[in-house]
Amino acid sequence: MIKFLTRHPEKIYIPLLEHIQLVFLTLVISVAIASILTLLCMRSERLSIWLQQLLAVVYSIPSLALFAILIPVTGLGRTTAVIALTAYNQYLLLRNFTTGLQEVDSAVTDAAKGIGMTWLQVLTRVQIPLAKRALFAGIRLAVVSTIGIGTIAASINAGGLGTLLFDGLRTMNMPRILWGSILSAGLAIVTNALLKAVEDHL
Amino acid sequence: MWEKMIAYIMTHGDALLVQIGTHLWISLAALAAAILIGAPCGYLAADSPGIEKWISAPFHVLRVIPSLAILVLLIPIAGTGALPAVIALTILAVPPVLLNTIVGFRDVPPFMTESAAGIGMTDREILWKVRIPLALPMIFAGIRTALVEVIASAALAARIGAGGLGEVIFTGLGLNRMDLLLLGGTLVAALSLLCGGLFDALTRRLMPYRQL
Repeated sequence: MIKFLTRHPEKIYIPLLEHIQLVFLTLVISVAIASILTLLCMRSERLSIWLQQLLAVVYSIPSLALFAILIPVTGLGRTTAVIALTAYNQYLLLRNFTTGLQEVDSAVTDAAKGIGMTWLQVLTRVQIPLAKRALFAGIRLAVVSTIGIGTIAASINAGGLGTLLFDGLRTMNMPRILWGSILSAGLAIVTNALLKAVEDHL
Repeated sequence: MWEKMIAYIMTHGDALLVQIGTHLWISLAALAAAILIGAPCGYLAADSPGIEKWISAPFHVLRVIPSLAILVLLIPIAGTGALPAVIALTILAVPPVLLNTIVGFRDVPPFMTESAAGIGMTDREILWKVRIPLALPMIFAGIRTALVEVIASAALAARIGAGGLGEVIFTGLGLNRMDLLLLGGTLVAALSLLCGGLFDALTRRLMPYRQL
């Protein structure tokens, strides 16, 4: 294992970097879309229920199946992976965002409206600061789930740590299998712990 | 595309049925094993904080580890084939069942068990007639999470030689055949949604007294 690391360091750190890149890209797009959807859901109860149910259905589609279904439409590669991962994240993010914002004490928001704040001011100065831990918890869940499902994205040529796992599996190459498993598990555990620490400080 | 898919179903229908069967068999075996391990452990952990500290921390970590890593990592230990796949899927399915069982038993309000004791129920009666029925909706929610996860990961298990519908998808990827990808993907997705729906119906049937 150490020999593999010293001899082919690029075969380990490139997938790792690719993986982090994939997760980061997905996260940025997901949070942007989820924020817009959350705002829409706060406006309309019916849309909110309908959207949550739809996303729950999408979320329970196995990732390999979703990748397979998307390939005829968007082809192999990172684009497809990002689309699928973003779709999964919407369920986690939207659920946490809406419940987080709803759990803000209505007395506080009413008071804010009472002193003449516009809804945008209420949102950015009252609701978001008060709900930031719940919002951040949603992001943490989404990141950890993206790291996990992201390994499977290697099966559709999206790169990342899954390449080590799938290649290792095909050639029965133990160092690759072990590095792939350890790094993907480690990345998930470390990221989760770090974000949890940030969350507890908020 | 459609003609190709239908032609494939016509010629490989028997193989597809076997693959669906294997997929279900592997998933349900793993789920059953996970319930047999997770529920009793969860019950024990819920009753004693000492055990809970030791059980729940590692399982929280286990939940975070990517399923593909667990599946692949098990090969050097257990080899390839259906049995290692069942073992790996069981490891994946235990955490949701176990953690939800702990929460389920924890959340039974103390006044319920106290009044049960007050009307003269024995400990065994309190367990079977009060605590388990009240904890069951939460436990079933955990089992449902595990079910969906197991069916999804069983598709990956085709990669370690366990068979199942994942084979169709991986063959499609290998040969770049869109019809196989679409067919395999749709079947796995349908299987997952169908099992989830059936499980919801079962939950409603068994526990009309409390909806989650």
